[in-house]
Amino acid sequence: MAEVPEIVRQMAEHMATTVPQAASLGFKLVSVDVGRGSIRAPWREDLVGDPDTEVIAGGVVTSLLDHTCGLAMASAAGTEAFSTATLDLRIDYMRPAAPRAGVIAEAHCYKLTRTIGFVRAEAWDVDKSDLIATAQAAFVLNRPRPPEGRS
Amino acid sequence: MTRPAEQLETFLQRVPYVRFLGMHAELAGDEMTAILLFSPHLVGNTFIQALHGGVIGAFLEMTALAQLSVAQPSPRVHKTIDITIEYLRPGRALTSYARADLRKVGRRIANVHVEAWQDDRAQPFAALRGHFLLSAGA
Repeated sequence: MAEVPEIVRQMAEHMATTVPQAASLGFKLVSVDVGRGSIRAPWREDLVGDPDTEVIAGGVVTSLLDHTCGLAMASAAGTEAFSTATLDLRIDYMRPAAPRAGVIAEAHCYKLTRTIGFVRAEAWDVDKSDLIATAQAAFVLNRPRPPEGRS
Repeated sequence: MTRPAEQLETFLQRVPYVRFLGMHAELAGDEMTAILLFSPHLVGNTFIQALHGGVIGAFLEMTALAQLSVAQPSPRVHKTIDITIEYLRPGRALTSYARADLRKVGRRIANVHVEAWQDDRAQPFAALRGHFLLSAGA
């Protein structure tokens, strides 16, 4: 498998930890590869969505999945400078996370055209074979204007 | 306070994550408007100071759950089955509003549409469609 350029690794680290929403949720980069990324969100008392069970809020999982999909997109595009916008994000919640458990998400950008990226992601708490949520997203890629004469 | 207003306040105050987001809601009759004040910790893109896509999705999802807590009171939180979030425009560094439309509330499942806007109701910046599993009533 192709080595991930150092600049992509740095971008991934930056994305996972210094974007304000990611930082406020305490995201940690797990791994990055070409077209793939994985981020962990730790459990925290102020992020609980169901006070009866102390399970982490669906909203945190939504942010985590969106962010991890963005990471997979960015690592698929490599060293090229661009910005992305999410077109849509579909999330299926298979089961609640375990009480007081953090969540890990892994995303794969399985197709990248000049303008659109298609990404799938999965999230789990303890066991990767027992998912809590899956996601499917489409992103639009805003590349810098190409030089004259190129399409 | 009316009974639906109490149910709404109970829901909003019980869920720690609602406070993390900084979301509250106002009720006019049975129509609820959820309000999300802008805060720097919600930003996903610092170049254009745009709200994080996940924050927008979470705000829409919490709006659906809050509206369901008014329409279908339950001592327990209803559960999200699936959601599709459509992003129409960037969420800017402004106060956001959202309203939920309960398209169908069955015995166990509810179908909910939510739309969010900022300074112009006619220019929504995001929408959500979702299914929710209803917890047993009070």
